[in-house]
Amino acid sequence: MSKAKFGIIVFPGSNCDHDAYHALKHVLNQDVEFLWHKESSIGDRNVIIVPGGFSYGDYLRCGAIAKFSGIMKDVVRFSGNGGTVIGICNGFQIVCESGLLPGALLRNASLKFICKNVTLNIENKKTIFTSAFNGNVNVDKIVVPIAHAEGNYFCDDNTLKELEDSGRIVFRYEDNPNGSINNIAGIVNKGGNVLGMMPHPERASEDIVGGHGGRYIFESILQNLN
Amino acid sequence: MYLAKIKVTLRKSILDPQGKAVEHSILSLGYKNIEDTRVGKYIELKLNAASEDEAKKIVKEVASKLLANPVMEDFEYELECLIPSKNGNSGKIHAGKVH
Repeated sequence: MSKAKFGIIVFPGSNCDHDAYHALKHVLNQDVEFLWHKESSIGDRNVIIVPGGFSYGDYLRCGAIAKFSGIMKDVVRFSGNGGTVIGICNGFQIVCESGLLPGALLRNASLKFICKNVTLNIENKKTIFTSAFNGNVNVDKIVVPIAHAEGNYFCDDNTLKELEDSGRIVFRYEDNPNGSINNIAGIVNKGGNVLGMMPHPERASEDIVGGHGGRYIFESILQNLN
Repeated sequence: MYLAKIKVTLRKSILDPQGKAVEHSILSLGYKNIEDTRVGKYIELKLNAASEDEAKKIVKEVASKLLANPVMEDFEYELECLIPSKNGNSGKIHAGKVH
């Protein structure tokens, strides 16, 4: 396993940055640094986490303002060169707004903010984010919390077909909480190096908080880093 | 100086749950003649531009880059001239829709 250098982006209003830090630093014993949104470079970091929260107060549209921050320009460059990026919750909204992933996150069909555990089906175990679900572990479902009001994934028909046909829908809700198209909970980009998901794997990485299913996502990244 | 009034709404093909909730409320008030309700955003920009064409171009760019997300939203705008340039007239001069 090669040493990962995780960078967690911090926007004004991010509130899952410390959850991600805890899971990576204290549970998985990794090298982790916070990256303030005004910085223009991710430096030596080789895995970027765009965390959950309410960046810029969710003003205008979730993630719409964050995409113009200095650090996101470098994250776009980094992902374009094949760099590993995960957008979680508000981070998923931000990477969609930034064009790293197709589609957008709409208001939940129920109009309610939903905060609960959901069961995810692992749809594709061949990505760099899911390979650890294979092998000895052999897990097909994980229970991970969601906490969002705008998690209703939407994309046009052609994009949806492309996502389905190319196995880019990585996680699906077993019981759709928010109205997302085809029960989508998480997708990867064409290159397979950017993952976006509404559920919070960093909040399900140790049994003391109710489960460790999310941890396999981070372990997969570690397995696949060169 | 121009005033741009920009309206951003969810695309027609997308279910607007907020609009539906508002509509249910309106119907519960007893107004049975409401057919459709959509909720959107309204944004005003004051901008300096040398011409109406330049102002239009700026408004369209700002709206499509930031104010609306083309994956899920349409925008439309009205442009009003607040301080006329040498040969311009004040008042509403242009309205456009972008889907």
